[in-house]
Amino acid sequence: MNSLLEVSDLVVNRLGRAVLSVDHLDIQQGEVLAVIGPNGAGKSTLLLALARLLPIERRQITFAGKSAAGTSDLAYRRRIGLVLQEPLLMDTSVFENVAAGLRFRNLPGPEVRRRVDEWTGCLGIAHLRERPARRLSGGEAQRVSLARAFAIQPDLLMLDEPFSALDAPTRLRLLDDFQSLLAATSITTIFITHDLDEALLLGDRVAVILDGRLRQTGTPQEVFNSPVDQEVAAFVGVETVIPGQVTAVYEGQVTVEAGGLDLQAVGEAAPGRSVLLCLRPEDITLWPHDSPVPRSSARNLLKGYIRRITPQGPLARVVVDCGFTLVALVTRASVQDMPLKEEMQVTITFKASAVHLIPR
Amino acid sequence: MDLIWQGIRGAFGLLGVDPEVWEITWLSLKVSGLATAISLLIGLPSGTWLALGRFRSRSFLLSLINTGMALPPVVVGLFVAVFLWRSGPLGDLKLIYTPSAIVIAQTIIAAPVVTGLTAAAMQQLNPRLGLQLLGLGASRLQVVWRLWREARLPLLAALMAGFGSVISEVGASMMVGGNIRHQTRILTTAIVLEAGRGEFARAIALGVLLLLLAYLINLGLTWIQQRNAQA
Repeated sequence: MNSLLEVSDLVVNRLGRAVLSVDHLDIQQGEVLAVIGPNGAGKSTLLLALARLLPIERRQITFAGKSAAGTSDLAYRRRIGLVLQEPLLMDTSVFENVAAGLRFRNLPGPEVRRRVDEWTGCLGIAHLRERPARRLSGGEAQRVSLARAFAIQPDLLMLDEPFSALDAPTRLRLLDDFQSLLAATSITTIFITHDLDEALLLGDRVAVILDGRLRQTGTPQEVFNSPVDQEVAAFVGVETVIPGQVTAVYEGQVTVEAGGLDLQAVGEAAPGRSVLLCLRPEDITLWPHDSPVPRSSARNLLKGYIRRITPQGPLARVVVDCGFTLVALVTRASVQDMPLKEEMQVTITFKASAVHLIPR
Repeated sequence: MDLIWQGIRGAFGLLGVDPEVWEITWLSLKVSGLATAISLLIGLPSGTWLALGRFRSRSFLLSLINTGMALPPVVVGLFVAVFLWRSGPLGDLKLIYTPSAIVIAQTIIAAPVVTGLTAAAMQQLNPRLGLQLLGLGASRLQVVWRLWREARLPLLAALMAGFGSVISEVGASMMVGGNIRHQTRILTTAIVLEAGRGEFARAIALGVLLLLLAYLINLGLTWIQQRNAQA
């Protein structure tokens, strides 16, 4: 794949302080890059900087193989389509809102009508074309906003948390439709979100921004299973991070002493090296301590006591003390069936391959 | 009360028989309409610039404009008269006691009103709307045009307020126009003259005409505004 947008040495200052710093970021032709990070991390700043809508301290941007330095802001922006968190529709009909970007480009009337018809149809809002935009629901308004950006047929689609203000059912329906449209059009997309599920669902690659710095870029599997540091691990949902020391290495199997226990991991680390062991909560299995544990490939088997059980949607978050604190996610049905209770002793199992090591 | 009724009845009588009243009314409409139009040309872009611009002296300039919205017409008249007086800095233009002088004075009165209300109208828009439009490929001019369309209702209110501030003022027009018959006499200055001469019925008649004129123009603008609001 070719790189559509390549950014190096991007720095955005606000009130004399760097609020965003990106050493390197590239977006391949046709891919969806999900940019994740907590609120205030600098995700939206990155998007606005890439859209050339912010004063930038310094940057090197290459767009479609050419340096963007010689292109005017207007010419550059006419190759992108921007969707912000709020739909920000104009006080006119749905048709005119979807047509806005096309009118800015002075496209002929029949072409405007054809594209508006096409994209209002694709987004399921064809029946709303003549309706005033101010009379739309939140979901309908966001569909108009998406149709407006798609109708431009941009080289690069930029979206800033477009679904975050919607209620759950509306959001799921729109996400589903949006995913189909991305697959059908293959438009190169940068998608900002703080929702890890959205990033996993839509992103071909994921970029993590924390405290104004781009910390990691990779496939969803790389980022979610092998975070580069403790902060990225915490953000991508790795709740168990334990300091330890490598005691033995044998054929790719690493033995790490942590909290007075020997744990098995898969990876590369020299004996004596201090590491952080990272474990995702969904990779941990709990068993009542008095029931037999079935034979499996799980190389780690520990004993511990449940300290807290917290409902989390259809799942339950279980905090276990086994010499160190470990967090597991189990279904609420499992909590009832086993049953799991606070202060109860349990057996904990997890695979060596579920343990990710971060050198300290 | 008789005097007031006599005046109201007299207003309709004057409309029918007195060509001078039509002349005064037409001149009033012409100078105030022109002053409002020029104020709009100045106030719309400068109010937009003040609302959307990000520069250090913005708050200071806005406070000056807001103060300008309360400029006493007689003070404006005084300064314009001093400038246009034969021995004044612009005396060579020979504008004193002409309708042009009244237009200049009224423009100075209306421009801050239109500018201030335009700035307020534009500041009420979602500040991210401009970014969104730029992100859809709009040029700066296209963004401004779209934002004016979005703020069209309060902008029409700014236009009405600007017109209202000049059609009803008398101090500046009297000082720079001189209330010369068939030349610079407008409705407000004529009312002052007639009241001074003890012709109260005629003064009231002219006053009713002025109110009617202001009402009809604002009725038209309000109709346009509300049609947009309901669309």
